[in-house]
Amino acid sequence: MTAPVTRPPAFVPNWTVRIAWCVLLIYSIYAASLLEITWERFLAGLDHGARFIGRMLPPDTSASKLELLAKGLYESLEIAVIASALGIVLSLPIGLLAARNLMPGWITWPMRMFIALCRSFHQVIIAIVFVKAVGFGALAGILSLTVASIGFVAKLFAEAIEEISLKQVEAVRSTGAPFMSVILYGVLPQVLTRFVGFATYQVDSNLRNSTMVGIVGAGGIGGTMFAAFQRFDYDFLLTILLSIIAVIMVSEMLQNRIKKLFQ
Amino acid sequence: MTGAVTGAASAALEVRDLVKEYRRGTPVLRGISLRFPETGITAVIGPSGTGKSTLIRCINRLVEPTAGRVFFKGVDLTALRGRALREQRRRIGMVFQEYNLVERLTVMENVLSGRLGYLTAWQAFWRRYPADDIAMAWELLDTVGLTSFANQRADALSGGQRQRVGIARAVMQRPDILLADEPTSSLDPKTSVEIMELLTAIADARRIPVIINIHNVPLARRFAHHVVGMAGGHVVYEGDPAGLSDEHLKQIYGGENWLD
Repeated sequence: MTAPVTRPPAFVPNWTVRIAWCVLLIYSIYAASLLEITWERFLAGLDHGARFIGRMLPPDTSASKLELLAKGLYESLEIAVIASALGIVLSLPIGLLAARNLMPGWITWPMRMFIALCRSFHQVIIAIVFVKAVGFGALAGILSLTVASIGFVAKLFAEAIEEISLKQVEAVRSTGAPFMSVILYGVLPQVLTRFVGFATYQVDSNLRNSTMVGIVGAGGIGGTMFAAFQRFDYDFLLTILLSIIAVIMVSEMLQNRIKKLFQ
Repeated sequence: MTGAVTGAASAALEVRDLVKEYRRGTPVLRGISLRFPETGITAVIGPSGTGKSTLIRCINRLVEPTAGRVFFKGVDLTALRGRALREQRRRIGMVFQEYNLVERLTVMENVLSGRLGYLTAWQAFWRRYPADDIAMAWELLDTVGLTSFANQRADALSGGQRQRVGIARAVMQRPDILLADEPTSSLDPKTSVEIMELLTAIADARRIPVIINIHNVPLARRFAHHVVGMAGGHVVYEGDPAGLSDEHLKQIYGGENWLD
């Protein structure tokens, strides 16, 4: 009774994707073979690692070193907090002006160019430029992390604004509200929780980066850490690493509190 | 009422040769000319996609008309820009199909946002509303039965409750006209009737004209004093609800199988 119906296959093989996966696999094997990872090298590495860790223990907690540590950490925190505050405050208008659903093209286009420029280079590269421009110290670190914060936060702000419901904006506009009130009532409530999320993430990121810009002389604990490395003060290095971990963990706890507050 | 007015001059709102093209060469509104009376409910009926929403948004310029003019109480709304346009928008309350409440603000904040046209952004940010506005907001919440929800976020409400807040926000403007864009289309039949009764009560109490886009013909017949039928971007009927015949409905919606 049943007439044989010829139907197309339910799952069509995609040969382009299959070939792409094969190419990736072959390249990975080839690249791994270039690295000359051998068992002997691995064993030697374990030995070096053990000696390194041995020299780190116990962590150096002498008063003079702790003073150095406190000074460096304080400067790093200063860099992170000021750069985050500046970066986030500047990102608010920049992100708004870069949102293509609210602003005309002749504003969004240069704003997006500026954001892309801020994102182009790693913080350490920007820090080198600022060290040259304003000299060694925390100011160079603050400026470089501010630029990096704008590149990240303003871009995410703009994207969050581009995803809002325009119906709510339309309703506020229809009451005859001035432009800034439309932003405050129609736009901001829709994006506030996401903004807080991006901002706290950036604070976290800046905290970690503020420990690094010191390596190129832009202030903070990084400089102290780099010096400890070069002097083979591995026990002091461990003290620094442990205190950075502690700072990051405390900041993580604070962030969770703040996010809950703005749910 | 405002004394004797001649029939021709008694239009609160006049739309003249209104054309709207979202894309060049494909007009949604193809030359609409209408006069809306000083009071009472006007229902604009017609199938989806025939330009009812566009018509209503061209009145308060949420959508820019391509050609034609809109006169409201003698003011040419199509000629206005910037502050002058915002000052006219304050006089025009609007109610939306999907309520368009600001979800993350409270019911009270949503109702009071009807006053944003009268506040600076600074006052709005710090919620510095005049005391009589706040008193009016409480009264409106009493009227729509949502007083106990005042400090809840708008996204905690049901559809019918949200639409009541949307109406309260529009009335908060102390408007001279109310535009409602499919206010009942997202609601169940019972709530729809209640919302229409609320709009009627507001039209009567404030003696303002209310223009309602609606595709539910029985509801339009029951509540409207004046009916405009639209099809294909044209006005094909204008007059009493009683004069609306099956022939007209066939012309507006096409086909006839859906008529009893």
